[in-house]
Amino acid sequence: MAEKINIHCAIPNLKTVKINRYDGCFENNGCYKALVQGGIVILSIKEAFETYSSLLEQNAIALQESINNGEDGVFIYIKDGIKVSSPLQMVNVISGREAQSSFSRNIVIMGKGSSARLICCDDTVNANPFQTQSRISVYMSSESELEYYKMENINNASSISTDTEFRMEDNAHLTTFWLSLNGGNIQNKLNVFFEGNHSEASLNGLYLVDREQKVDNSVSVYHNFPYCTSHQLYKGILDDSAMANFLGHIYVKEYAKETIAMQSNNNILLTDKAQVNTKPFLEIYNDDVKCSHGATIGQLDENALYYMRQRGITPRSARMLLMYAFCYDVLSKSSITELNQALQDMIKRRLNGELSSCEECVFSKCQGINNQD
Amino acid sequence: MALLEIKNLYASIKGKEILKGVNLTINKGEVHAIMGPNGNGKSTLASVIAGNEAFTVEKGEILLNGKDLLSMPVEARAAEGVFIGFQYPVEIPGVSISNFIRTAVNEQRKYRGLDPIGAKEFIDRMNYAKQVVELTSSLVNRSVNEGFSGGEKKKMEIFQMAMLRPTLSILDETDSGLDIDALRIVASGVNQLQNKETSTVLITHYQRLLDYIVPDFVHVLYEGKIVKTGDKNLAKELEEKGYEWLRK
Repeated sequence: MAEKINIHCAIPNLKTVKINRYDGCFENNGCYKALVQGGIVILSIKEAFETYSSLLEQNAIALQESINNGEDGVFIYIKDGIKVSSPLQMVNVISGREAQSSFSRNIVIMGKGSSARLICCDDTVNANPFQTQSRISVYMSSESELEYYKMENINNASSISTDTEFRMEDNAHLTTFWLSLNGGNIQNKLNVFFEGNHSEASLNGLYLVDREQKVDNSVSVYHNFPYCTSHQLYKGILDDSAMANFLGHIYVKEYAKETIAMQSNNNILLTDKAQVNTKPFLEIYNDDVKCSHGATIGQLDENALYYMRQRGITPRSARMLLMYAFCYDVLSKSSITELNQALQDMIKRRLNGELSSCEECVFSKCQGINNQD
Repeated sequence: MALLEIKNLYASIKGKEILKGVNLTINKGEVHAIMGPNGNGKSTLASVIAGNEAFTVEKGEILLNGKDLLSMPVEARAAEGVFIGFQYPVEIPGVSISNFIRTAVNEQRKYRGLDPIGAKEFIDRMNYAKQVVELTSSLVNRSVNEGFSGGEKKKMEIFQMAMLRPTLSILDETDSGLDIDALRIVASGVNQLQNKETSTVLITHYQRLLDYIVPDFVHVLYEGKIVKTGDKNLAKELEEKGYEWLRK
């Protein structure tokens, strides 16, 4: 690619450190060097393989194969004790001009006691079909905290497949937030491994799909150590002939005592043709646990619609209010106020059928890393 | 002038006939009470006036200010001024009361060709409506009716009535499940909102509510028809004698 790119994200007042990708490719354009002083390392995985080999080894990360296969990707390392105040935003702008598909391998290492927020966006900027596959491995050292946001908003001719794993040491805190709005075929695989005591993971997802869209969420939480807590909350609204699958796997190992693992998947089907398959799958090899799972598939509450209409609210607005309310508890898990505001707006527009992609996400030339719009 | 005219109304649900020829005229400024044993059509009458699609109108007419209500959907009837105080208000988790009521006010205004309500006017009206039923501020920040006690739900209905300023309010067993203090507050709210231009219909089983809200007329709805109409003393008579003596 001839030009280096820098992403302009249209979310008002959202100041982020942007990590730019174009059709899945990451090119270290030198914008990120200044961040090193602040304890944030951003490199391509190839560079990381060369310069951070001992750190990779320490975390048992094997990259040789990926490098050999010519896979591209981003390496993010937040050093011990570093609290990153601005969220990091990795934006993959998909044009389908450079290629029709991409596979990327990405690594995030959170040092001891570090904290960060990472927003990953995939956005198509035209109607070209594209296949995006990405694998992200996140290593969370003890006492680290991460909020991870994944925004999937690509055209319906395109597909996206994510394979994300989190490995968590002692006292680590993780919140994930998966938003699937547009995209023909969306497949998300999420694995969380507790590899230390007293850690917590809150895994949240929202999928709003219509027409012929298909979205799969496969979530597995491995409670391999005691005293850990996990919450899964996935919600979806399906219109037209859309289809969703949810597989929620909770594994509690024999000695993982005082485990708390909760799971909930709620769906609203707006038509007879929309389809949801939801499957809780709990494997528990310990008595000292608190586990729950619940799955619902339903329609909008007719009594509530009638009640609202009796107050003069049109059926269209009443349905909007109810759908938005349904999404609200997932949305409330996000701690980035500016992002929330934009998300609320995006979700309202999506429910109204007005949002086809994140159309204001455009790219421009690199203007240095401190350019935060 | 007649606000509401119901003429020879027949209505059924799932093939079962409930209303069998109701005639009722309500003038502006009047308070009417409709009494009668359970299962004789009181709540059905409220639902049919509101436009609940679960009921089928077989025959008859309902006019509000001379306009044919039966040809309008639920939300249009509401915007024309019909308000139902529900016996069992619905909980709507995730929808805040202020958002809900603002949407309702504005959609009714839109129906009438008015611009959305101004921010200050809305706040003033909220404050007034809260004071009408002695609501605490914290309650209106919550989701609609979610986790409310029986009394709070009924106060919330009257709060909405104060916000929406309907011309015809039909309060369906607003007194059920209320303790004596809540009953006094709800009744006082209704009295404050009643004026020369509005009419209130109280559907109730008990004389007790009518001690607080004094009706101009009391009707007995029995086996799908209004079989007797009187003044407030009829309610006292019913309290003493029950409904048996009205059987022919």
